[in-house]
Amino acid sequence: MKTFVAKGVFLSLSFMLLMSLLAQHGCSKPREKKAVYVLVDTSGTYSKQFDKVQIVMRYLLGSLTPGESLALARIDSESFNEKDIIARMSFDLRPSMANAQKRAFIESIDKFGKNIQPSRYTDITGGILQAIEYLNETQATQRTILIFSDLKEEIKKGQIRDFPISFNGIHVVAINVTKLKSDNVDPREYQNRVETWAKRVEQGGGDWKLINDMNHLSQIIE
Amino acid sequence: MTSDFWVNLIKGQPELSMLIWVCILIIVMYIARQPAHQMILLLTRGLRNALRLMAQSVMIAEKQLKKRNREVLLAQGQEHAERFIEREFQRVEILVNRDLSGYPSLQRDLKEQITRIDEDYVQSSEVPPKPPEWLKAVKAVADIPDNGSPVVAKILNDIHNTLKKALETDLQEYRRASRDRHGLLKKMMPYWRSLNSSLNSVEKKITGLEQRSIIIDGQMQTYEDIRNQTGYAERMLSSSSLTQFFISGLALCLAVIGMYVNFQLVALPMEEMVGAASYLGSSSIRASDVSALFIISIEVILGLFLMESVGITRLFPVIHLLEDHKRKLIFWIMLSFLVIFAGIEASLAYMRDMLAADREALSQLLTGVEVTEPPLRWIPSLGQMVMGFILPFVLTFVAIPLESFIHSFRTVSGLFIVWLLHLLVVSIRFVANIIYAIGKMILNVYDLIIFIPLKVESSFSSKPDKKKKDLISGVLTHQQEEVSEK
Repeated sequence: MKTFVAKGVFLSLSFMLLMSLLAQHGCSKPREKKAVYVLVDTSGTYSKQFDKVQIVMRYLLGSLTPGESLALARIDSESFNEKDIIARMSFDLRPSMANAQKRAFIESIDKFGKNIQPSRYTDITGGILQAIEYLNETQATQRTILIFSDLKEEIKKGQIRDFPISFNGIHVVAINVTKLKSDNVDPREYQNRVETWAKRVEQGGGDWKLINDMNHLSQIIE
Repeated sequence: MTSDFWVNLIKGQPELSMLIWVCILIIVMYIARQPAHQMILLLTRGLRNALRLMAQSVMIAEKQLKKRNREVLLAQGQEHAERFIEREFQRVEILVNRDLSGYPSLQRDLKEQITRIDEDYVQSSEVPPKPPEWLKAVKAVADIPDNGSPVVAKILNDIHNTLKKALETDLQEYRRASRDRHGLLKKMMPYWRSLNSSLNSVEKKITGLEQRSIIIDGQMQTYEDIRNQTGYAERMLSSSSLTQFFISGLALCLAVIGMYVNFQLVALPMEEMVGAASYLGSSSIRASDVSALFIISIEVILGLFLMESVGITRLFPVIHLLEDHKRKLIFWIMLSFLVIFAGIEASLAYMRDMLAADREALSQLLTGVEVTEPPLRWIPSLGQMVMGFILPFVLTFVAIPLESFIHSFRTVSGLFIVWLLHLLVVSIRFVANIIYAIGKMILNVYDLIIFIPLKVESSFSSKPDKKKKDLISGVLTHQQEEVSEK
């Protein structure tokens, strides 16, 4: 009888704890780990848009949690290169350390923003390949590439970039895709650029999204 | 077989075809009336009997459960009454030990006081002064006739003066003695007062004991009622159990809210220790939350053992049966652990405040707002630390409503199951009766369909032998069964 009571105490306690635990989390919430790779076009036509990059980067730093990853890289003449990565961090599991890392990341972004060197060519494909490589290494469940560019690829002679890319479930978000002067002459050029990239991503098993309104930042990482 | 088969028995005459079919059906039904009736009755009766049997077995289960509930209720009530009486006797023991242990000294004091009063009283008693021995001689001399002699008159006058002086001296002596006696009587006053107060304190102690004895008498009466298993005792215990259930349930709800607040204080800083992105296996449950809950549950369990070792609750008989010194040891161990955990929680609460401030500063930096230190920042920090320290001790008292809840839950759940079983019995019986009524209705509908041949049969039969007729129609057997059932 008394043993039963004692067991009852522990059972009821366990039950209460379990209920509070489930109430805290919900039962069916899948666990997610995010990794975001931001590509910034530094070609002459786009390099003046860095203030918008800073806004998005600050938003991302506020959204990403400990254990998640963020990288910032530039798109220049030869983007498939480790040197083009400005900052990359997998945030520490301890919140205080993660906050310190985020502060350091902001400093890196500000420093980069002050010394942007406009590049002659725009190797978007190389940057994307570099991004895919980094994102695959993070083993995150939700991988995203953010591209700040006008999406007009200009590569050096001899560079081979015309081949299919395997995105393998990576979300590609083109932000603030600016219109060029030539687009005003023939707007179909802009549409063709966007559609070409969307098709290339989707054919490679990726997910394409275009966000030009900076008020819809919450759509970047959903 | 389509509808054409039924409608085109005679080609081009669907109505006639249908009429023929209906006639055939009526004839067949008339011929098969008795076995059909018997079959319908058998089926419905069989179903009803099965359901009744089921209801009966549920009723037996209900009765057994009721009996068990009664036993549990009375056993719990008896245990409770025993504990209450035991506690009252302990109080009486304390009273007796504390108050009446000083009774011999009190008695001695009283005796001393009475002796003193007695002595003073004896001393203060009035002793009439004895007349001087020479008074008779003086009287004899005074009685001598003077016969006009001036010498004798002078002698007598001298004697008179001497006597007067002696009387005055005696009177003064007497007055002085009376004053002394009054002084002694006055000295007795504080002794009287002291005696009075001593007797008053004795009276108070005796009254306290008397009140305790009245409470014990009442409780003993309840105990006897429970022992005799009276209906009054059962009703009283049942009502008390329900009240206990709801009150303790409410207290537990409040305790759960307290635990949640405690959890919020601890969960965030635990992320610093076990990592914010660590999860339990492949689930979505965060390791930091589990750690926080673990700390809280440990505190609650420590509180349970603490209460158990003090003897406030009796959830663990093993602890309750230990010797006093071992229980005291457990108490101190539990209290030490609890203090340590309270200290840990206070520091975690402070850490939480620091982390929240850091997070706030970062978000301000990210949004580009200038970071400013809010005034009196130390007040919430201190408040959280104090809460973190106090809450583990507050949670200790969860043991009391938890014990009440567990005890009352047994009887309340029993009562609820009894109610459910009763509802089930009523439902089964209702369904059984409905099925039986449907069976009867089918019989009547059956007879209604074949009412023409039945009417013809009744008009052609010369002398209706009711018994035979009923036997044929199958009604007799049905009626007999009804009578037998009644």
